[in-house]
Amino acid sequence: MTEQSPSFGEELARLEEIVRRLENPEMDLDEALTLFEEGVGRLRTARARLAEAELTVKRVLEEADGTLGTGDVDD
Amino acid sequence: MDPLDLFAAAEVSADRTLSVLDVTRRARQLIESGMGPVWVQGEVSNFKSYRSGHWYFTLRDAQAQIRCIMWRSDAQRVRTPPADGLQVFVEGRPTVWEERGEFRLTVKRLLPTAAEGAWELELQRAREALERDGLLDPARKRPLPAFPTRIAVVTSPDGAALRDMVSVIGRRWPLVELLVCPTRVQGETAPAELCRALANADRLSDVDLVIVGRGGGSRTDLWAFNREDVARGVAAVRVPTISAVGHETDVTLTDLVADVRAATPSAAGEAAVPDAADVREQVERFAVGLSNGLRSRTRLGAERLARTDDRLGVAMQGLLQRGDGALGQLGRALDALSPLAVLGRGYAVARGPDGALLRSRRQFERAMPFELTVADGQVPARVREDA
Repeated sequence: MTEQSPSFGEELARLEEIVRRLENPEMDLDEALTLFEEGVGRLRTARARLAEAELTVKRVLEEADGTLGTGDVDD
Repeated sequence: MDPLDLFAAAEVSADRTLSVLDVTRRARQLIESGMGPVWVQGEVSNFKSYRSGHWYFTLRDAQAQIRCIMWRSDAQRVRTPPADGLQVFVEGRPTVWEERGEFRLTVKRLLPTAAEGAWELELQRAREALERDGLLDPARKRPLPAFPTRIAVVTSPDGAALRDMVSVIGRRWPLVELLVCPTRVQGETAPAELCRALANADRLSDVDLVIVGRGGGSRTDLWAFNREDVARGVAAVRVPTISAVGHETDVTLTDLVADVRAATPSAAGEAAVPDAADVREQVERFAVGLSNGLRSRTRLGAERLARTDDRLGVAMQGLLQRGDGALGQLGRALDALSPLAVLGRGYAVARGPDGALLRSRRQFERAMPFELTVADGQVPARVREDA
């Protein structure tokens, strides 16, 4: 997971919004298609994130100068 | 209240004479209003437990003594009745037993002075200090993030508590990074180390939740989590906090200050992250919602087209109906879905020479060239001359 990617919560909130907007029968066809395409993309991302995730555990180390680094938890 | 002046009363007349009960009652009122609850240290003597469950004893030191009563409801909470000669702390209200004119102490709490009592007093003092500063105010409690991405865990790196949390969080929601801020959780240096580790956790970037805790142990083992400085360290953390000190019965100061108290480290793991199984279900509900949304939208388009009788409309309706059959399988084959895949199921999109979508018969002019996009590419087309 990169720092820039939206949080899982944001991803789900956007999906929910897309589904809600697609339910509106007044929506323009090309807008609906664009939204649908975005929705399918986000669905893929969400599924992949759920499928591939692996917990990372790191140990926080305090350097002599007070800065914080991270290291292996088994150190 | 009037000051008690018995001689003045006696000198005047018989109707102003006080009854004995008047005196003891007024004495009781004076004492109770003049002295609040007090903590007293002394030695227990003449201890007697009655069948009713009430305790009677005398508390004394080298200079004085006072009769004490402890009602059953309070006595029940003391683990073992004090033996004569035991040094204790008691919390009680000085009062007068009106019927006997006897000054005494109604004891609410009784603690042996050794370790436990001294700690209890210190705990009470620390708790009051935190309360004064508003740190125990329920309105201070913040909600935990629904989908945390980085969680700092302040605990011993070798403890069972960390293993339990890693196991629960790894099973429920492995989409997080756990950053362990190592600290001792018992012993002389534990309070200072905990404070330092909490401050470090708060300095880490992008952390959205801090868990502080340890596994179960005796009250002595858990003592660091009842320290005022450690509790203040928890309160100072800028993101939501969970306190997880492994014990079912006692609540520590860090539990009171944290946004959420978990009874065990495993419970902290459950409180910290959602369950991926639930989230998957939610994602699949959105998948169905997406396919239903598009399906109803395309049906609507087909109905509109059906109302026209021009040949292009009829042709497109045919295309859409073929597509609709394929759409019926959407629920099962959502992964293959994208606008392009929709085309693969028989849709075509018509665009004018300027690239704009052609959505109405009015946009078609006789002999006008346009382009049909089908699944595998574009087809140049033209409206018939005789249309």
